[in-house]
Amino acid sequence: MSEPNHARRLGAIWLVATLIATPLVIFVLGPVLPPGNGSEQASGHVTDNTVLMAVMTPVLLLLIVYFVYALVAFRQEPGGILEGPAIRGNARVQIAWIVVTSAIVLSLAAYGTARLLEDGAGSGGGSSPVVVPAGPKLQVQVIGQQWAFTYRYPSYGGVETPHLVLPVGQMVELHVTSLDVVHSFWAYQLGVKADANPGQDNIAFVKPTELESFSVRCSELCGLWHGYMFDHGNVVSAADFKSWIAQQRVKFAPSQKLLPPYSTTYIPEPARRAG
Amino acid sequence: MSDTEAAERAAMPTWRRLLGFNLLTAVILAIVGYYFGWWLGNQFSSSSRDYVADLDYNDVALILAYLFGVVGFLVGLGFANYPLARLIGRPPSLRAKEGRGVSRYFGLCTDHKVVGMQYLVGIGIFFFVGGVNAMLIRLELLNPTPTTIGPSQYLSLVGMHGTMMMGMMTSGILGPFANYFVPLMIGARRMAFPRIEALTFWLLMAAGFILMSTIFFGGFPTGWTGYQPLADQTVAGMDSYLCFFALVGLSMTLLGLNMLATIISLRAPGLTWSRLPIFVWAVFATSILMVLAAPMLIGTLLMAMLDRTIDTSFFVAGAGGSSFLYENLFWFFGHPEVYVLALPGFGIVLELIPVFTRKPLWGYRLAVAGMLGVSLMSFFVWQHHLFVSGINAALRPFYMLSTEIISIPTGFIFLCVMGTLWRARITLAVPMLFCLGWAFNFLIGGLSGVFLSDAPSDTDTHGSFFVMAHFHYTIMGGLIFTFFAAIYYWVPKMTGLSFNERLAKVHFWVMFIAFNSTFLPLFVLGMKGMPRRVSTYADNLQGLNVWVSVSAFVLGLSMLVFLVNLVYSLLIARNRSPHNPWRSKSLEWQTPTPVPVNNFEQIPVIESDPYDYGVPLAGNGVS
Amino acid sequence: MGKRLVVICAAAALVVALIALYISSWVTVVPPSVDAASVGPGGSGGAQLTLQTVAAVGPRLSSSRPHWVSYLVYRNGKWERSTNFTLPANSLVRVTVYNYDGESGLRNPYFSQPQGTTGGTEVVDGKTVRALDSPDYASHTFAIPGLGIFVPIPGVKDDAKNPCDTAPCALSNAHRTVTFSFRTGGKGRFRWQCFVPCAAGTITGFGGAMQTIGYMDGFVKVV
Repeated sequence: MSEPNHARRLGAIWLVATLIATPLVIFVLGPVLPPGNGSEQASGHVTDNTVLMAVMTPVLLLLIVYFVYALVAFRQEPGGILEGPAIRGNARVQIAWIVVTSAIVLSLAAYGTARLLEDGAGSGGGSSPVVVPAGPKLQVQVIGQQWAFTYRYPSYGGVETPHLVLPVGQMVELHVTSLDVVHSFWAYQLGVKADANPGQDNIAFVKPTELESFSVRCSELCGLWHGYMFDHGNVVSAADFKSWIAQQRVKFAPSQKLLPPYSTTYIPEPARRAG
Repeated sequence: MSDTEAAERAAMPTWRRLLGFNLLTAVILAIVGYYFGWWLGNQFSSSSRDYVADLDYNDVALILAYLFGVVGFLVGLGFANYPLARLIGRPPSLRAKEGRGVSRYFGLCTDHKVVGMQYLVGIGIFFFVGGVNAMLIRLELLNPTPTTIGPSQYLSLVGMHGTMMMGMMTSGILGPFANYFVPLMIGARRMAFPRIEALTFWLLMAAGFILMSTIFFGGFPTGWTGYQPLADQTVAGMDSYLCFFALVGLSMTLLGLNMLATIISLRAPGLTWSRLPIFVWAVFATSILMVLAAPMLIGTLLMAMLDRTIDTSFFVAGAGGSSFLYENLFWFFGHPEVYVLALPGFGIVLELIPVFTRKPLWGYRLAVAGMLGVSLMSFFVWQHHLFVSGINAALRPFYMLSTEIISIPTGFIFLCVMGTLWRARITLAVPMLFCLGWAFNFLIGGLSGVFLSDAPSDTDTHGSFFVMAHFHYTIMGGLIFTFFAAIYYWVPKMTGLSFNERLAKVHFWVMFIAFNSTFLPLFVLGMKGMPRRVSTYADNLQGLNVWVSVSAFVLGLSMLVFLVNLVYSLLIARNRSPHNPWRSKSLEWQTPTPVPVNNFEQIPVIESDPYDYGVPLAGNGVS
Repeated sequence: MGKRLVVICAAAALVVALIALYISSWVTVVPPSVDAASVGPGGSGGAQLTLQTVAAVGPRLSSSRPHWVSYLVYRNGKWERSTNFTLPANSLVRVTVYNYDGESGLRNPYFSQPQGTTGGTEVVDGKTVRALDSPDYASHTFAIPGLGIFVPIPGVKDDAKNPCDTAPCALSNAHRTVTFSFRTGGKGRFRWQCFVPCAAGTITGFGGAMQTIGYMDGFVKVV
């Protein structure tokens, strides 16, 4: 009995599996992937994740199909002591593998770079981001401190508020900084994450596209109440935003006159050890 | 030790036998050293820095106490004897190697086989401790609001679990198995530096106890990464972490150095680099990383200690320092560190699979290139841990590229595994099952790494449970599965006893299923917005968390199955194992069991690599 | 063989005992929760929480950390060092804080303004205020961020007569009296903390007592 053509069989199984799974991943799984469509950046992440999953699916299937096939087809009979063929390598297979994996990996890197350089993808890009989106941007400062986030709006008198409210459809330039240890500002539905470093300004761009509330969590371990440093923010219409911020300026007027002038970083006292 | 000496020793009264340089003396001198260091620290610390009176803890005293405790411990074991004896002109003595009996395992012994067994038991104990902490963490996470464990104890548990695992398991395969088997695989009588080899083990044991002692000093809230300036801010328990990791770094550096010297210098005649067993290549690649990266850690932790004690400001932004400095220094070590964890796993898998497929290793050169490629590239990727930290944004594309590129050599390992399975005759013995488990787990872990290396996707998943799932898949699913593969494969050689196969298979299947059940949902939890190191989370995530916690308890139970098997097989049933149960052609299996003290009566001459399966009339590649 | 089994069982029992000791004496240790006293003229319900802040808690209340700053709570005629409080749901809670500690200054002056209290004000030494005169006058904060409550507590001036630097402190010592009230909502467990860097000797003043339950942090359980 001749040896069946394992390579052809494997190839066929893999091809069928890929042709079924990949469209499912792209069209069924893709749209429901997190973080949702709360902002342009979040939608971008959904697209990126879909692309990555679509590329990874054939790879995953190839390996799983191969291993399962090998474990079924290439077994030693129980108690058998036969040896296998002394194949030590196959240059063509190795070269093909190197070329294909390199191509996949390098194109993913290129794709990721292109997406990153569009608008920073909602991630904190330091104090001089490589790409700054054009057009007017609402400046909002996110101040991380142990253990709450507060927010300052420099174009509204530098008022500091305990909750983040953003107007829909407008590009927001978030300046994230910290007063003490390293925190991280993570607005899940907006697809924004930027570390808050003491004495540093970390800039992220986000353009909310849906009226919804979003969760804000600290995602860098910052001490005892790190897990409790969470809040909810809101994306509202432009008119609601204007009335909200006017209301905040009245409500927080007593503390606003005590605040230091707006700055991208602060080093409050004590800078080192408390006396 | 000769027979007359052994008989003399047995005739002595017990108290007389306990005198001398052994573990008991070591513990006593450790305690003495600890209190001396504590006293010394209080002398020059409390009066010169007036705020120490406000703190009610003294970092300098604690660090010096640990330091002198470790020195006392090592002196008590007898590590100072050889240097001091040579200093005063006495000739070298092999007494430390040729002891007899079980007591050798409880002290300084320069026989690499004894050190390998010591490592296996020692690391096993600390793995168990880390595992208990993990069970407690999952217990707390059953409920979205805090229930049983206070927040600061929870953070300390998270830190202790991670730190213990990362510190101990970096030597998880090199410690027990490389120490025991590399000399045997290369036809050498010993390691290049036997006393240093023993030192690496005892340093690790001392370090483990130092880390566990953190609970007496308030614990530490920073997790295993020890980020500044939080680490600067916190109570004395942080010093336990700093001392633990510094000692681990020292142990790693010395272990790597020893391995490199042994592999380069002590190979038997005829053992060219192209005939070297692939496991030895993996040890070689890992040792390069240990030697180059671990000293970085020691330096970083020293800076952290200086910040905490003598008021330097390396990492305090308000006084001219930067938290970025710590992040970069730490991850420059931290990334090679995770490849230190992954590479030995590659070596085990590639070494064992030919034995259970009865075929030579497919693509030997490619596998070597893969390991060395991973080793080299691992120094160029560390900023992928810092994509959202506010690093210079122009650097991110470079690190995305380098991180994507490192998956190419990693892929070679998979190709070699697949090639070795091609048209093979596979026996699903327990070590092989664990190797196949590695393949599945590392595949998932590696593919999830592709998501994390893409900075836009990483924006959502950094610092979330997605990262947790990724590294548990690669480290636990990778390293720990191969750790067990190595145990089931080699313990019959080390002890001459065999494991109960049914219990072993139960262990594998429960562990494999429970492992995937525990960590696969964590990818989902991360993508749904749950950050790491928290004990409170959004209410709608409770269902998944309960599933994960229950699976984690089952995973813990599988470890108990292993423990029962271990105790039963090695201590109670004690069934003799056949001499070469896996019919391996590798050199270490050609030695008698138990392996004689000096390994080989005559150093063998090597004629081929150990993968001559399927070749008619092939011997064992040795003459 | 039998002896070996005995040794193995003894070792296993020892391990289990050590783990149990670890869990019971360190992992799950939380300070006990103190019920706020029920008050109310004419049975109108609500609760009264009486607190005190001291610069150093003293060896009697803390043998391991006698120099740490801390909140104390008044219960059954005695001052206790517990920072876990139980409050009734959907009620008016009145809080009185006697502050014996000096000024440290807020790191973020935003917290100079009381929030979440009835009327958005607090009463300092009998005078109703909308914010502290200066963030530098703050000594501590009582804040329950989950309920939106932030109340700054001004400090005793440096030149005050008869200051108390270590507990126990009496009303004859120099102190500031702050009262405020707020309404609780539904059931839940919320953390509370101080926002003033008052942990002496630690980096940015937020280490030590500021990160330890039982001193300047705790839980509020609303039942």
